Amino acid sequence: MYIIIVGGGKVGYYLAKQLVEDGNEVLVIEKDAAKCQHMADELGDIVLRGDGCEGITLEVAGTGRADLFIAVTGDDEDNLVACQMAKNKFNVRRTVALINNPKNEAIFRKLGIDTTVSSTTLVLANIEQELPSHPLIPLLTIKGGGLEIVEAKVPPYSAVVGKRVGDLLLPQQCLITVIIDEEGVPRIPTSDTSVRAGDEVIAVCRRESKDALRAVFTAPVKETQ
Amino acid sequence: MKTVIMGCGRVGAELATLLDREGQEVVILDIDPDAFGQLPDGFKGSCVVGNGIDQDVLRRIGLAEADAFVAVTPGDNRNVMACQIAKHIFGVPRVVCRIFDPIRQELYRNLGLETISPTKEVAQLLKQALEREPAETPKSEG
Repeated sequence: MYIIIVGGGKVGYYLAKQLVEDGNEVLVIEKDAAKCQHMADELGDIVLRGDGCEGITLEVAGTGRADLFIAVTGDDEDNLVACQMAKNKFNVRRTVALINNPKNEAIFRKLGIDTTVSSTTLVLANIEQELPSHPLIPLLTIKGGGLEIVEAKVPPYSAVVGKRVGDLLLPQQCLITVIIDEEGVPRIPTSDTSVRAGDEVIAVCRRESKDALRAVFTAPVKETQ
Repeated sequence: MKTVIMGCGRVGAELATLLDREGQEVVILDIDPDAFGQLPDGFKGSCVVGNGIDQDVLRRIGLAEADAFVAVTPGDNRNVMACQIAKHIFGVPRVVCRIFDPIRQELYRNLGLETISPTKEVAQLLKQALEREPAETPKSEG
C-alpha cells in the first residue's frame, strides 16, 4: 500500500515508523526543515518537505496513486484541507484526519473525510468509563450505514443485572456482540448468557438508538418490584 | 442584514467599516484583541475575540441568524474551514471565502463555495496596468 502522511510531528513520526515496519510504502509531508531532517536520519528517504495542502506538493508526492491519505498535523483546518485536496483533486479513496477539537467531527464527516480520529474523544472515553453519567462509549462508526459500535459498562444498580441476554428488551437493529467480564475475559454471548454487574457490553446499534440502548443498561431496578 | 467577518486585518477592518457606514449590522471576529485597533473611531459593530473555526464561538455570536459570513484571515485553510462550517453547520445563506492559493480556490469553487483569490485578481490587475499606456504621473526628479 502507498500511504501518504501529512504532518511529521510525534504522531506522524511514529505512525510512519510503524507503517514502514509493516512493509508499506510511506511518504511523510512536513513543512519544518529540522523535523524533515530528523525523520530522514531515522527512517530513511521517505520525507518530502512541503505544505501538504498545496496542490503542487501533493502532485510531487504522487497523491494520485496513494491508497491511503492520513493528515495528522496539530491544526484541524490543515488536516481538513489536506484531506479535501486528496479526496477531491486527487481522488484518493480513503482519507483519515486527526482532529483536535472533537466538535469538528460532524463537519469533517459532512465534508466527506472517511475517518476521523479525535485524541480528545479517546482520552474522554477512557475517563468517562469511570463516570456513571456517561456509560455508553462510542468505539467506532461504521462507514456509510449510520451504525456505531458502542461500549457500555453495566452498573451494579442496573435492572439488567442477572437477566439473560435473550430477555433484554433492546432497541431495533441492535446486537450485543461481546461481553467482557470484570476479570477482563471477553465472551461472545448467546441468548442464555446472563449479564453481571461490572460487565462491559460491546454492541452494534443504529446511531439514533444509542440513547435507548444506554437506557437499557443504566435504568435502575424499579423499587416497586 | 447581519454580516459576520472573520479576521480583522486590513481587508476585514476595511470591509467592516464599509458595511457599518451603510448602517448594516456587523460582527467582526479576531483571535488577537489588538487587531480591532484598525477599526475607526465610531465603529458601531461588535468586536469579538475568538477563533472562527470553533463552533462554540460561532454559536455564541449568533452565526445561525447571520445573513452573510466572510472569512479573511491570513490562513487559507482557516478561511476554508470556517466558511464550510458557516455554510454546512449554521446554514448561513451567503458565504464568501478569501483563498490566496489559486489551486485551492479552484477546488473549493468546484465544491460550491463562493471564493475570491486576491492572488489571481491582483495579478490580472497588474498585468492590465502594465498593458495600458502609462498614466500621467508627476515626475519626481526635478
